Amino acid sequence: MANHSNNTAPEESPVILPGHDFETVTEIVAEIPLSKRFPLGWIGLLLIGLGGAGMLHMALGYLVLKGIGIWGNNVPVGWAFDIINFVWWIGIGHAGTLISAILLLFKQQWRMSISRFAEAMTIFAVACAAIFPVFHTGRPWLAAYWLFPYPNTMGLWPQFKSPLIWDVFAVSTYATVSIVFWYVGMIPDMATLRDRAMSKVKATIYGTLSLGWRGSARHWHRYEVATLILAGLSTPLVLSVHTVVSFDFAVSVIPGWHATIFPPYFVAGAIYAGFAMVLTLAIPVRRFYGMESLITMRHIDNMAKITLATGLMVGYGYAMEAFFAWYSASSHEKFMMWNRMFGPYGWSYWTLIAINVVMIQLLWSRKVRQNTTVLFVMSLLIGVGMWLERFVIIVTSLNRDFIPASWGMYYPTQWDFMTFFGTIGLFLTLFLLFLRFVPMISIFEVKMLLPQSKVKADHAH
Amino acid sequence: MHTNESTTSLHGVMAEFDSAQEIVDAARQTMAQGFTKVEAYSPVPIEELNDIIHKTRTILPKLVLTGGITGMASGFALQFWASTMAYPMNIGGRPQASWLTFIIPSYELTILFAALTAVVGMIVLSGLPQPYHPVFNVDRFSMASSDKFFLVVESADPKFDQQATTEFLRSTGAKGVYDVDE
Repeated sequence: MANHSNNTAPEESPVILPGHDFETVTEIVAEIPLSKRFPLGWIGLLLIGLGGAGMLHMALGYLVLKGIGIWGNNVPVGWAFDIINFVWWIGIGHAGTLISAILLLFKQQWRMSISRFAEAMTIFAVACAAIFPVFHTGRPWLAAYWLFPYPNTMGLWPQFKSPLIWDVFAVSTYATVSIVFWYVGMIPDMATLRDRAMSKVKATIYGTLSLGWRGSARHWHRYEVATLILAGLSTPLVLSVHTVVSFDFAVSVIPGWHATIFPPYFVAGAIYAGFAMVLTLAIPVRRFYGMESLITMRHIDNMAKITLATGLMVGYGYAMEAFFAWYSASSHEKFMMWNRMFGPYGWSYWTLIAINVVMIQLLWSRKVRQNTTVLFVMSLLIGVGMWLERFVIIVTSLNRDFIPASWGMYYPTQWDFMTFFGTIGLFLTLFLLFLRFVPMISIFEVKMLLPQSKVKADHAH
Repeated sequence: MHTNESTTSLHGVMAEFDSAQEIVDAARQTMAQGFTKVEAYSPVPIEELNDIIHKTRTILPKLVLTGGITGMASGFALQFWASTMAYPMNIGGRPQASWLTFIIPSYELTILFAALTAVVGMIVLSGLPQPYHPVFNVDRFSMASSDKFFLVVESADPKFDQQATTEFLRSTGAKGVYDVDE
């Protein structure tokens, strides 16, 4: 199969570098969770992550004590950092599902080395995202009855005609399905860790997590069917999630939000930001853990190409937003666009254009796609660019609405920033724990790429 | 042919192989011999093994379809009931039973129920979690999750004979043949 993909581009590097067999793959991946070592770099980063998580704890604790007045949200900008960060994090998560589900359906074998940690990224990103709307309610423990349909003593039921409720259903389903998909994918690898563990404690923990997996033919058959079904279910799910997130905006009548292009434009933006995040994580991880032979330049190159392709779709979205503003012949729409480009937040619009439209053109160059340092910097900038995109969509649409008397400016407070950077710390913490205690690469899937697992067709039939 | 005590304490005989091709060939020969209680264990999924040994496909897809339909129906029913009977609210004069707006939660619940059915179904149908299984009594079996492939003929098989089965498995090119204690 590696031969097949080589036919399309002879100079392309292989999915995994030669010289690997089942034993070396098991060794290189399983060694990390089973070793006794805690590398200094890992501890240092974990401390930074924990610091951020602590800051998040403080920011949210103070929010609960004081109320959401500590944030910069005001009238007219009633939605700001909370929804910007929510959309940003949720979007990042989408690449993980795309890699694990959509690329599986398309039989893209290169996904196998990166699917595990891209899925981990998805789950942690969704966890960070969920913090924002939940705490935006101010009293999250009271929010349950209007978010979730359960019989309560007040006899109240959620408002199912609201996109915000759709969002609750979409995001909670997405989180649940992502977690079970991730876990199911790990069951055989947990068995590998169980069988290699030197200590009784580790063998028991990984053995429990493996559910007693023994890899029988019947189990594998069911397992493969279940995985395929989960991939088939996750594919429409992931497309629906950002579509529903975009409905939060598109269903309203605010100029700049009320646009039919929002669902595909949001989904493309999500995948674009997500792949940039996978690059941000993969480039240092493969170097730090010496995984260059499993996460090869082929992976980096393919991810850069997907980033470019989805980035171009996002660019098309920007063009269409501007076009519709003009073509609608609505003075409010036109003003919104003018305000977005030349109003008080114009800097944010042009910065995002510079990153998401201009800078990504560099990815056309093979040289750039092969240079991990440049790619790493670009992937960080894309993260910034996509954050700015949500800032632009949300703040510049709200700050100057229909009545000039109600115009206002929005400035985030220190609590906004502490919450946002706090979630980055939380994400870093979770991701580092994942790298250390769970096989970061799907061991059995990578083995499926090796000749040892290939079977010739039965000539007797 | 064989004593009773050897069958009661023996789960079967296990043969070890080095590659997917080898175990598939051996499984074909074993089934051709007329053995019926056979199981193969491998570090990677090998679809051929299930076709050769068990010849049946799982009912999981049908369960998932049922789960999905249940999710969709219950999601729609819940919204319909909550919006028209339990807590009707007039929002901008829209009809109470505005089914269009119920599509998204119904859709999400379809996927949620189907996905959970797929996972729970896969685990339960496989009899997991199962901490103990006789195959774990063989020391070499710890390689089944690493780089070795194992074929077991169980003692429950009517054709099973410890001596003869061991010799037969050796003849299929096994790198080693071990007794599996119950």
